[in-house]
Amino acid sequence: MPELSRRRALTAAAAVTGAALVAVPAARADDHQHDSHGSPDSFDEVYKGRRIQGRPTEGGGHHHGGGYGVYVDGVELHVMRNADGTWISVVSHYDPVPTPRAAARAAVDELQGARLVPFPVG
Amino acid sequence: MTVRKNQASLTSDEKRRFVAAVLQLKRSGRYDAFVTTHNGFILGDTDNGERTGHRSPSFLPWHRRFLLEFERALQAVDASVALPYWDWSTDRSPRSSLWAPDFLGGSGRSRDGQVMDGPFAASAGGWAVNVRVDGRGYLRRALGAGVRELPTRAEVESVLSMATYDMAPWNSGSDGFRNHLEGWRGVNLHNRVHVWVGGQMATGVSPNDPVFWLHHAYIDKLWAQWQRRHPGSAYLPGGGTPDVVDLHETMKPWNDTTPADLLDHTAHYTFDTD
Repeated sequence: MPELSRRRALTAAAAVTGAALVAVPAARADDHQHDSHGSPDSFDEVYKGRRIQGRPTEGGGHHHGGGYGVYVDGVELHVMRNADGTWISVVSHYDPVPTPRAAARAAVDELQGARLVPFPVG
Repeated sequence: MTVRKNQASLTSDEKRRFVAAVLQLKRSGRYDAFVTTHNGFILGDTDNGERTGHRSPSFLPWHRRFLLEFERALQAVDASVALPYWDWSTDRSPRSSLWAPDFLGGSGRSRDGQVMDGPFAASAGGWAVNVRVDGRGYLRRALGAGVRELPTRAEVESVLSMATYDMAPWNSGSDGFRNHLEGWRGVNLHNRVHVWVGGQMATGVSPNDPVFWLHHAYIDKLWAQWQRRHPGSAYLPGGGTPDVVDLHETMKPWNDTTPADLLDHTAHYTFDTD
Protein backbone atom coordinates (compact mmCIF):
# COMPACT_ATOMS: atom_id res chain seq x y z
CA MET A 1 0.00 0.00 0.00
CA PRO A 2 1.21 3.51 -0.70
CA GLU A 3 2.48 5.61 2.17
CA LEU A 4 -0.57 7.86 2.10
CA SER A 5 -3.34 6.88 4.43
CA ARG A 6 -6.85 6.87 3.10
CA ARG A 7 -7.84 9.74 5.35
CA ARG A 8 -4.90 11.87 4.34
CA ALA A 9 -6.62 12.20 1.05
CA LEU A 10 -5.02 14.08 -1.76
CA THR A 11 -8.33 15.92 -2.13
CA ALA A 12 -8.47 18.73 -4.58
CA ALA A 13 -4.80 19.31 -5.24
CA ALA A 14 -4.10 16.07 -7.01
CA ALA A 15 -7.58 15.09 -8.03
CA VAL A 16 -7.52 16.43 -11.53
CA THR A 17 -9.78 14.08 -13.37
CA GLY A 18 -10.17 14.82 -17.02
CA ALA A 19 -11.07 18.48 -17.26
CA ALA A 20 -12.81 18.73 -13.91
CA LEU A 21 -11.22 19.63 -10.62
CA VAL A 22 -13.18 17.63 -8.10
CA ALA A 23 -13.00 18.63 -4.46
CA VAL A 24 -14.87 16.07 -2.42
CA PRO A 25 -13.86 14.61 0.94
CA ALA A 26 -12.55 11.07 1.09
CA ALA A 27 -14.73 7.99 1.11
CA ARG A 28 -18.24 8.76 2.15
CA ALA A 29 -19.96 5.45 1.62
CA ASP A 30 -20.14 2.92 4.41
CA ASP A 31 -18.03 -0.06 3.68
CA HIS A 32 -20.56 -2.76 4.48
CA GLN A 33 -19.73 -4.90 1.50
CA HIS A 34 -19.81 -8.64 1.80
CA ASP A 35 -17.75 -10.81 -0.43
CA SER A 36 -20.31 -13.52 -0.80
CA HIS A 37 -19.89 -16.73 -2.69
CA GLY A 38 -21.47 -15.15 -5.73
CA SER A 39 -20.64 -11.81 -7.26
CA PRO A 40 -19.68 -9.11 -4.74
CA ASP A 41 -22.12 -6.31 -3.97
CA SER A 42 -22.17 -3.16 -6.03
CA PHE A 43 -20.55 -0.04 -4.65
CA ASP A 44 -20.44 3.63 -5.56
CA GLU A 45 -18.45 6.19 -3.62
CA VAL A 46 -16.06 9.10 -3.91
CA TYR A 47 -12.65 8.12 -2.65
CA LYS A 48 -9.87 10.72 -2.52
CA GLY A 49 -11.80 12.87 -4.92
CA ARG A 50 -12.37 10.10 -7.48
CA ARG A 51 -15.66 8.36 -8.16
CA ILE A 52 -15.21 4.61 -7.87
CA GLN A 53 -17.94 2.16 -8.78
CA GLY A 54 -18.27 -1.57 -8.94
CA ARG A 55 -21.08 -3.72 -10.19
CA PRO A 56 -21.87 -7.11 -11.64
CA THR A 57 -21.75 -7.02 -15.44
CA GLU A 58 -23.83 -8.87 -17.97
CA GLY A 59 -21.61 -11.54 -19.41
CA GLY A 60 -18.92 -9.22 -20.75
CA GLY A 61 -16.40 -11.31 -22.61
CA HIS A 62 -13.29 -9.60 -21.27
CA HIS A 63 -14.25 -9.51 -17.61
CA HIS A 64 -11.86 -11.72 -15.74
CA GLY A 65 -13.34 -10.51 -12.49
CA GLY A 66 -16.01 -13.10 -13.11
CA GLY A 67 -18.67 -10.78 -14.46
CA TYR A 68 -17.80 -7.82 -12.24
CA GLY A 69 -16.80 -4.38 -13.51
CA VAL A 70 -14.89 -1.67 -11.65
CA TYR A 71 -14.76 1.96 -12.81
CA VAL A 72 -12.69 5.00 -11.81
CA ASP A 73 -14.32 8.25 -12.91
CA GLY A 74 -16.28 6.19 -15.39
CA VAL A 75 -13.29 4.48 -17.01
CA GLU A 76 -13.19 0.73 -16.59
CA LEU A 77 -10.34 -0.59 -14.46
CA HIS A 78 -9.27 -4.09 -15.44
CA VAL A 79 -9.71 -6.27 -12.36
CA MET A 80 -9.32 -9.97 -11.79
CA ARG A 81 -10.48 -12.33 -9.08
CA ASN A 82 -7.92 -14.78 -7.74
CA ALA A 83 -8.62 -18.41 -6.90
CA ASP A 84 -8.72 -17.59 -3.17
CA GLY A 85 -11.31 -14.84 -3.67
CA THR A 86 -8.87 -11.91 -3.46
CA TRP A 87 -8.68 -9.25 -6.17
CA ILE A 88 -6.06 -7.43 -8.21
CA SER A 89 -6.17 -4.75 -10.87
CA VAL A 90 -3.92 -3.90 -13.77
CA VAL A 91 -2.42 -0.93 -11.86
CA SER A 92 -1.75 -3.02 -8.76
CA HIS A 93 -1.25 -6.39 -10.29
CA TYR A 94 1.04 -8.17 -7.84
CA ASP A 95 -0.64 -7.19 -4.58
CA PRO A 96 -3.97 -8.94 -3.89
CA VAL A 97 -6.61 -7.19 -1.76
CA PRO A 98 -9.81 -8.64 -0.26
CA THR A 99 -12.54 -6.96 -2.34
CA PRO A 100 -13.12 -5.17 -5.66
CA ARG A 101 -13.71 -1.97 -3.67
CA ALA A 102 -10.28 -2.36 -2.08
CA ALA A 103 -8.82 -2.87 -5.57
CA ALA A 104 -10.51 0.33 -6.75
CA ARG A 105 -9.17 2.25 -3.75
CA ALA A 106 -5.69 0.82 -4.31
CA ALA A 107 -5.93 2.00 -7.91
CA VAL A 108 -6.86 5.53 -6.82
CA ASP A 109 -3.91 5.51 -4.40
CA GLU A 110 -1.61 4.38 -7.19
CA LEU A 111 -2.95 6.85 -9.74
CA GLN A 112 -2.23 9.94 -7.58
CA GLY A 113 -4.79 11.86 -9.57
CA ALA A 114 -3.77 10.61 -13.02
CA ARG A 115 -6.43 9.49 -15.45
CA LEU A 116 -6.90 5.83 -16.20
CA VAL A 117 -6.34 4.68 -19.77
CA PRO A 118 -9.20 2.46 -20.98
CA PHE A 119 -7.90 -1.01 -21.67
CA PRO A 120 -8.28 -2.39 -25.15
CA VAL A 121 -11.36 -4.49 -25.73
CA GLY A 122 -11.22 -7.57 -27.90
CA MET B 1 28.27 -18.16 -25.19
CA THR B 2 26.20 -15.70 -23.20
CA VAL B 3 27.10 -15.46 -19.52
CA ARG B 4 24.53 -13.81 -17.28
CA LYS B 5 26.25 -12.01 -14.42
CA ASN B 6 25.17 -10.65 -11.09
CA GLN B 7 24.43 -6.94 -11.66
CA ALA B 8 26.49 -6.08 -8.59
CA SER B 9 29.67 -7.34 -10.25
CA LEU B 10 29.31 -5.61 -13.62
CA THR B 11 32.12 -3.30 -14.69
CA SER B 12 31.24 0.27 -15.56
CA ASP B 13 31.82 -0.57 -19.22
CA GLU B 14 29.35 -3.48 -19.01
CA LYS B 15 26.76 -1.23 -17.38
CA ARG B 16 27.27 1.42 -20.04
CA ARG B 17 26.84 -1.08 -22.87
CA PHE B 18 23.74 -2.65 -21.33
CA VAL B 19 22.10 0.75 -20.84
CA ALA B 20 22.99 1.89 -24.36
CA ALA B 21 21.54 -1.26 -25.92
CA VAL B 22 18.30 -0.91 -23.92
CA LEU B 23 17.99 2.74 -24.97
CA GLN B 24 18.56 1.77 -28.59
CA LEU B 25 15.77 -0.83 -28.44
CA LYS B 26 13.56 1.90 -27.02
CA ARG B 27 14.43 4.30 -29.83
CA SER B 28 13.73 1.68 -32.47
CA GLY B 29 10.29 0.86 -31.04
CA ARG B 30 11.20 -2.74 -30.34
CA TYR B 31 11.25 -2.25 -26.59
CA ASP B 32 7.62 -1.22 -26.34
CA ALA B 33 6.51 -4.34 -28.19
CA PHE B 34 7.82 -6.37 -25.25
CA VAL B 35 5.77 -4.26 -22.82
CA THR B 36 2.65 -4.74 -24.95
CA THR B 37 3.15 -8.51 -25.10
CA HIS B 38 3.61 -8.77 -21.34
CA ASN B 39 0.52 -6.72 -20.54
CA GLY B 40 -1.53 -8.77 -22.96
CA PHE B 41 -0.70 -11.92 -21.04
CA ILE B 42 -1.21 -10.21 -17.66
CA LEU B 43 -4.73 -9.29 -18.76
CA GLY B 44 -5.44 -12.63 -20.39
CA ASP B 45 -4.06 -15.17 -17.90
CA THR B 46 -6.83 -16.16 -15.47
CA ASP B 47 -7.08 -18.73 -12.69
CA ASN B 48 -10.13 -20.44 -14.16
CA GLY B 49 -9.38 -19.95 -17.85
CA GLU B 50 -6.46 -20.18 -20.23
CA ARG B 51 -3.23 -19.22 -18.47
CA THR B 52 0.24 -19.18 -19.93
CA GLY B 53 2.53 -16.36 -18.83
CA HIS B 54 1.47 -16.07 -15.20
CA ARG B 55 -0.34 -17.91 -12.40
CA SER B 56 0.38 -21.24 -14.05
CA PRO B 57 3.16 -23.84 -14.40
CA SER B 58 4.44 -22.16 -17.57
CA PHE B 59 5.19 -18.92 -15.68
CA LEU B 60 8.84 -20.01 -15.54
CA PRO B 61 9.43 -21.32 -19.10
CA TRP B 62 7.30 -18.48 -20.55
CA HIS B 63 9.46 -15.84 -18.89
CA ARG B 64 12.62 -17.75 -19.79
CA ARG B 65 11.66 -17.53 -23.47
CA PHE B 66 10.48 -13.91 -23.11
CA LEU B 67 13.86 -12.95 -21.62
CA LEU B 68 15.70 -14.87 -24.35
CA GLU B 69 13.83 -12.86 -26.98
CA PHE B 70 14.75 -9.64 -25.22
CA GLU B 71 18.38 -10.66 -24.74
CA ARG B 72 18.68 -11.57 -28.43
CA ALA B 73 17.26 -8.17 -29.33
CA LEU B 74 19.88 -6.52 -27.11
CA GLN B 75 22.61 -8.63 -28.70
CA ALA B 76 21.51 -7.56 -32.16
CA VAL B 77 22.43 -4.04 -31.00
CA ASP B 78 25.60 -5.01 -29.11
CA ALA B 79 26.76 -8.62 -29.24
CA SER B 80 28.73 -8.27 -26.00
CA VAL B 81 25.63 -7.62 -23.88
CA ALA B 82 24.00 -10.26 -21.67
CA LEU B 83 21.11 -9.84 -19.25
CA PRO B 84 22.38 -9.25 -15.73
CA TYR B 85 20.42 -10.56 -12.76
CA TRP B 86 19.47 -8.80 -9.52
CA ASP B 87 19.78 -10.95 -6.41
CA TRP B 88 17.34 -8.92 -4.31
CA SER B 89 17.92 -11.20 -1.31
CA THR B 90 21.46 -9.76 -1.13
CA ASP B 91 21.20 -6.30 -2.72
CA ARG B 92 18.16 -5.33 -0.71
CA SER B 93 18.55 -1.59 -0.21
CA PRO B 94 17.56 1.46 -2.26
CA ARG B 95 21.23 2.42 -1.77
CA SER B 96 22.42 -0.60 -3.78
CA SER B 97 24.64 0.22 -6.77
CA LEU B 98 21.83 -1.11 -8.97
CA TRP B 99 19.96 2.15 -8.32
CA ALA B 100 22.92 4.48 -8.92
CA PRO B 101 22.76 7.14 -11.67
CA ASP B 102 25.27 5.20 -13.81
CA PHE B 103 22.93 2.21 -14.03
CA LEU B 104 19.16 2.16 -13.45
CA GLY B 105 18.76 5.40 -11.46
CA GLY B 106 17.05 5.59 -8.09
CA SER B 107 13.62 5.82 -6.52
CA GLY B 108 10.97 8.33 -7.54
CA ARG B 109 10.40 11.65 -5.84
CA SER B 110 7.60 11.67 -3.28
CA ARG B 111 5.29 14.11 -5.07
CA ASP B 112 4.54 12.02 -8.14
CA GLY B 113 6.87 9.01 -8.05
CA GLN B 114 8.92 10.33 -10.95
CA VAL B 115 12.45 8.91 -11.28
CA MET B 116 14.74 11.94 -11.44
CA ASP B 117 18.19 10.48 -12.11
CA GLY B 118 19.87 7.89 -14.29
CA PRO B 119 19.49 7.10 -17.99
CA PHE B 120 15.78 6.21 -17.73
CA ALA B 121 14.61 9.41 -16.04
CA ALA B 122 12.13 11.36 -18.16
CA SER B 123 14.51 14.33 -18.05
CA ALA B 124 17.22 12.29 -19.81
CA GLY B 125 14.97 12.30 -22.86
CA GLY B 126 15.25 8.69 -23.99
CA TRP B 127 12.62 6.91 -21.97
CA ALA B 128 9.01 7.80 -22.76
CA VAL B 129 6.51 5.43 -21.16
CA ASN B 130 4.23 4.82 -24.13
CA VAL B 131 2.52 1.54 -23.31
CA ARG B 132 0.68 2.54 -20.17
CA VAL B 133 -2.36 2.01 -18.03
CA ASP B 134 -2.66 5.61 -16.85
CA GLY B 135 -1.95 9.08 -18.14
CA ARG B 136 1.60 9.38 -16.85
CA GLY B 137 4.33 9.10 -19.46
CA TYR B 138 7.36 9.06 -17.16
CA LEU B 139 9.10 6.23 -15.31
CA ARG B 140 7.99 5.96 -11.69
CA ARG B 141 9.28 4.03 -8.68
CA ALA B 142 8.70 4.02 -4.92
CA LEU B 143 11.41 1.69 -3.65
CA GLY B 144 10.34 0.04 -0.39
CA ALA B 145 7.06 1.97 -0.10
CA GLY B 146 4.50 -0.66 -1.15
CA VAL B 147 6.17 -3.27 1.04
CA ARG B 148 9.04 -2.61 3.42
CA GLU B 149 11.30 -5.60 2.92
CA LEU B 150 12.55 -7.60 -0.01
CA PRO B 151 12.63 -11.38 0.51
CA THR B 152 15.50 -12.72 2.60
CA ARG B 153 17.90 -15.50 1.70
CA ALA B 154 16.20 -17.74 4.27
CA GLU B 155 12.84 -17.16 2.57
CA VAL B 156 14.39 -17.99 -0.80
CA GLU B 157 15.85 -21.18 0.70
CA SER B 158 12.47 -22.21 2.10
CA VAL B 159 10.99 -22.06 -1.40
CA LEU B 160 13.94 -23.77 -3.11
CA SER B 161 13.46 -26.67 -0.70
CA MET B 162 10.02 -27.49 -2.12
CA ALA B 163 10.45 -30.67 -4.14
CA THR B 164 7.27 -30.58 -6.25
CA TYR B 165 7.37 -28.25 -9.25
CA ASP B 166 3.68 -27.39 -9.33
CA MET B 167 0.34 -28.84 -8.29
CA ALA B 168 -3.31 -28.86 -9.27
CA PRO B 169 -5.26 -26.64 -9.71
CA TRP B 170 -2.20 -25.19 -11.53
CA ASN B 171 -3.01 -21.58 -10.72
CA SER B 172 -2.61 -18.90 -8.03
CA GLY B 173 -4.12 -21.30 -5.51
CA SER B 174 -1.50 -24.02 -6.01
CA ASP B 175 0.96 -25.39 -3.50
CA GLY B 176 4.48 -26.28 -4.69
CA PHE B 177 7.63 -24.55 -5.90
CA ARG B 178 6.31 -22.55 -8.87
CA ASN B 179 3.50 -20.75 -7.04
CA HIS B 180 5.63 -20.02 -3.98
CA LEU B 181 8.34 -18.59 -6.22
CA GLU B 182 5.76 -16.61 -8.19
CA GLY B 183 4.38 -15.42 -4.86
CA TRP B 184 0.61 -15.90 -4.88
CA ARG B 185 1.06 -18.20 -1.91
CA GLY B 186 3.38 -18.35 1.09
CA VAL B 187 6.35 -16.07 1.84
CA ASN B 188 5.93 -14.40 -1.60
CA LEU B 189 9.11 -13.93 -3.62
CA HIS B 190 8.53 -12.70 -7.21
CA ASN B 191 5.31 -10.73 -6.68
CA ARG B 192 6.70 -8.99 -3.59
CA VAL B 193 9.70 -7.66 -5.51
CA HIS B 194 7.38 -6.05 -8.07
CA VAL B 195 5.48 -4.38 -5.21
CA TRP B 196 8.71 -3.27 -3.46
CA VAL B 197 9.92 -1.44 -6.59
CA GLY B 198 6.53 0.22 -7.11
CA GLY B 199 5.64 2.52 -10.01
CA GLN B 200 5.15 0.75 -13.33
CA MET B 201 6.80 -2.37 -11.86
CA ALA B 202 3.67 -2.89 -9.73
CA THR B 203 1.41 -2.88 -12.80
CA GLY B 204 0.69 -5.02 -15.83
CA VAL B 205 3.07 -2.87 -17.86
CA SER B 206 5.96 -3.70 -15.52
CA PRO B 207 8.57 -4.16 -18.31
CA ASN B 208 8.47 -0.37 -18.71
CA ASP B 209 11.07 -0.41 -15.93
CA PRO B 210 14.34 -2.00 -17.12
CA VAL B 211 14.71 -3.61 -13.69
CA PHE B 212 11.98 -6.00 -14.84
CA TRP B 213 14.59 -7.94 -16.84
CA LEU B 214 17.08 -8.10 -13.96
CA HIS B 215 14.37 -9.27 -11.57
CA HIS B 216 13.18 -11.99 -13.93
CA ALA B 217 16.73 -13.03 -14.77
CA TYR B 218 17.14 -13.80 -11.05
CA ILE B 219 13.78 -15.62 -10.85
CA ASP B 220 15.02 -17.64 -13.82
CA LYS B 221 18.29 -18.37 -12.02
CA LEU B 222 16.34 -19.59 -8.98
CA TRP B 223 14.52 -22.05 -11.25
CA ALA B 224 17.92 -23.35 -12.42
CA GLN B 225 19.08 -23.63 -8.80
CA TRP B 226 15.91 -25.52 -7.92
CA GLN B 227 16.53 -27.99 -10.76
CA ARG B 228 20.03 -28.72 -9.48
CA ARG B 229 18.71 -29.23 -5.99
CA HIS B 230 15.92 -31.57 -7.11
CA PRO B 231 17.27 -33.53 -10.09
CA GLY B 232 14.46 -36.06 -9.75
CA SER B 233 11.70 -33.44 -9.92
CA ALA B 234 10.16 -32.65 -13.30
CA TYR B 235 8.05 -29.90 -14.83
CA LEU B 236 4.39 -30.64 -14.22
CA PRO B 237 1.77 -31.28 -15.54
CA GLY B 238 2.88 -33.95 -17.98
CA GLY B 239 -0.14 -33.88 -20.27
CA GLY B 240 -3.85 -33.51 -20.87
CA THR B 241 -4.54 -30.47 -18.68
CA PRO B 242 -7.18 -28.03 -20.02
CA ASP B 243 -6.18 -24.33 -20.12
CA VAL B 244 -2.66 -25.15 -18.86
CA VAL B 245 0.57 -25.62 -20.85
CA ASP B 246 1.70 -29.23 -20.39
CA LEU B 247 5.32 -30.30 -20.70
CA HIS B 248 5.19 -30.99 -24.45
CA GLU B 249 2.61 -28.40 -25.44
CA THR B 250 3.62 -25.26 -27.35
CA MET B 251 3.35 -21.87 -25.69
CA LYS B 252 1.77 -18.69 -27.01
CA PRO B 253 2.72 -16.25 -28.44
CA TRP B 254 5.60 -18.13 -30.09
CA ASN B 255 3.78 -21.42 -30.77
CA ASP B 256 7.09 -23.09 -31.65
CA THR B 257 8.48 -23.93 -28.23
CA THR B 258 7.38 -26.10 -25.31
CA PRO B 259 8.33 -26.09 -21.63
CA ALA B 260 10.36 -29.24 -22.39
CA ASP B 261 12.47 -27.23 -24.87
CA LEU B 262 13.31 -24.66 -22.21
CA LEU B 263 14.17 -26.77 -19.19
CA ASP B 264 17.94 -26.62 -19.80
CA HIS B 265 19.12 -23.02 -19.73
CA THR B 266 22.70 -24.00 -20.67
CA ALA B 267 21.58 -24.47 -24.27
CA HIS B 268 21.21 -20.68 -24.39
CA TYR B 269 23.35 -19.11 -21.63
CA THR B 270 25.15 -19.86 -18.43
CA PHE B 271 25.32 -18.01 -15.15
CA ASP B 272 28.47 -16.57 -13.65
CA THR B 273 28.01 -19.09 -10.84
CA ASP B 274 27.55 -22.18 -13.07
